[in-house]
Amino acid sequence: MSRISISKRKRSASAVADVLIRIGAIVGALLFIGIVLAIMGYDPINVYGKIIQTPFKRFGGVMNYTIMLTTLSLGIAIAFRMKFWNIGAEGQFYMGAFGAAAVALSMGDLPPIVLLPLMFIAGFICGGIWAVIPALIKAKFQASETLVTLMMNYIAIAFISYLQYGPWKDPAALGAAKVPNFSENAVLPEVLGVHSGWIIMLVLVVIMTIVLKYTKFGYQVDVIGESETTAKYAGMNTVKIMIIAVIISGGLCGLAGFMQASAVEKSITDSMSAGLGFTAVITAWLAKLKPPVILVASFGFSILLQSGNSLQLMKIPSSITEIMQGVIIFFVLASEFFINYKITWHGKNSGAKEAA
Amino acid sequence: MDIIEQIGLFLQSAVQTGTPILFAIVGGILCEKVGHMNLGVEGMMLMGAALGFTVACATGNPLLAMLAAGGAGAAGALIYAFITVTLRGNQVVTGLVLTIFGTGVSGLIGSFVSDKQIPQTVREAFSPMEIPLLSDIPILGDALFSQDIYVWLGLIIAILAYFYLNKTKLGLYVRAIGENPGAADASGINVTMHKYINILIGGFLCGLGGAYLSTAFLTTWQDNVTAGAGWIAVALIIFSTWNPLKAIFAAYLFGMLRGLNYKMQGWEIQIPSQLLTMLPYIATIVVLIFIAMRKKKENQPPKALGESYFREER
Repeated sequence: MSRISISKRKRSASAVADVLIRIGAIVGALLFIGIVLAIMGYDPINVYGKIIQTPFKRFGGVMNYTIMLTTLSLGIAIAFRMKFWNIGAEGQFYMGAFGAAAVALSMGDLPPIVLLPLMFIAGFICGGIWAVIPALIKAKFQASETLVTLMMNYIAIAFISYLQYGPWKDPAALGAAKVPNFSENAVLPEVLGVHSGWIIMLVLVVIMTIVLKYTKFGYQVDVIGESETTAKYAGMNTVKIMIIAVIISGGLCGLAGFMQASAVEKSITDSMSAGLGFTAVITAWLAKLKPPVILVASFGFSILLQSGNSLQLMKIPSSITEIMQGVIIFFVLASEFFINYKITWHGKNSGAKEAA
Repeated sequence: MDIIEQIGLFLQSAVQTGTPILFAIVGGILCEKVGHMNLGVEGMMLMGAALGFTVACATGNPLLAMLAAGGAGAAGALIYAFITVTLRGNQVVTGLVLTIFGTGVSGLIGSFVSDKQIPQTVREAFSPMEIPLLSDIPILGDALFSQDIYVWLGLIIAILAYFYLNKTKLGLYVRAIGENPGAADASGINVTMHKYINILIGGFLCGLGGAYLSTAFLTTWQDNVTAGAGWIAVALIIFSTWNPLKAIFAAYLFGMLRGLNYKMQGWEIQIPSQLLTMLPYIATIVVLIFIAMRKKKENQPPKALGESYFREER
């Protein structure tokens, strides 16, 4: 009798095979979507052409998304490496934006050289605080951080909404519920046509690469992720390391909020994240939690996000890009299986044949 | 209008607001009870809303619309189940992607029916029915006995789910899988099959919940019609400590909170509505801490929640 058996790979597939499988999955997804588009009566080559052109035609828009996604994903990555499932990036983003806005609105007269760093710090601290609350709850009560961080998102959004419709409502906006615009001093300047957040983003990618790869702290984070018991036996203060890593995680997400508020919105709103705090979980995962790859994955996703607008001009519903994001990740998720597991087919009379 | 009647009408609308969420909570509970956390609830609801609406417009048949909506939700759940059960993919990522995907699918379907209206036949089928005599009871008459078919269905499904999970052999299997799939497997329970069945039923219910919003509340298509109801359901799954009977309470309580939110705009006391919006989430965190502290057995999350199960070769 023939039989298929599945076993966990002893060692993960080689790095080359790993990358090839992922690229294969993405190509497969694009082909699949192309066929579906054709069936629906759209010209897939035309659609993909528009998407490929997007970064050239709307570079600024793509970069805005990239800066947000990369910074958020970096924050998520350090927590995920520790197996602290922080899906509260959304909330930490909003609290970071709130911190930056609080500084910008109260001290808008300060010169940019003082004001912007203050906003930066406030964004980091507020995002960090929002992330550390679930971490403390986890440390003290062992309540699932996945669920608590998720809840914290909605509390943060409602809080921003409260500010927008309540105490921070701009009286000059003629009834519209809107937080006042920041002063010019509180706006990140443009460098080479894109707001200078891109420099901050690149620096953060470099720092996080070094921290995670070459420092003792980064190593400790990975050990805790592998096994908390091992970490404890090795004499690490796991709670302390977890708290620090989570503060960095939330702080980075807060920085994304600061940059979006300062450079793009020049104010804050209760919808300014556009759900990217969740998308960033996907990009972080797609990049296997590696900072340089996060940058690439975020850029790719940003092209998709931005091209939704150009597709709409072609009378193609922009929801196509959401479906594309979904299908691509479904394919990658499925391909993951072939990286982590070995499928063996036991033929009728032959020995084991490897199928993957 | 006297005060009794007002209270009755208030409760009536609270129950209606809570009903789509009740479907989603019960669906989510079934899924989490087999150890799978599905953050795709919002996506499945949206898919159900869109397909339910489309079929309602195309056929004018309310039953077909409900089946289509449930089917759409179950189709989303099937993708989720295939990736997380069969391929052992990451549940959090898969769920989040399902929500994005479902939003896209619903937007796409919606773009084809944006000029359609729900036919009269469907509208009548989903409008409140007054049950003779019982609907004359003060307060309860309006709150419970002048409701549409979805409200009743939601209640029945929640009660059935409770009996299924707690009083039947199948339910025992489900709980065993959620606690310790390895042990369940060793005792001869078909883990994969039960996971699929429960995740799919869960998706079906989420789809129905979405369709209630698009076909019974509204007459024309509205993009993103669930507006976060799926995420509220994810919170209330925990709030109801994975118990479908408490889910009824949680959903209606949430409906009352929403209603209060609107009512209060006309009142003297002004509590900012956003602070009320926060309340269910804060309450959920408090419940999480509370159940973690008390360690009462029946209130705990399923032990294997979020973990993929892989049977090593023996």
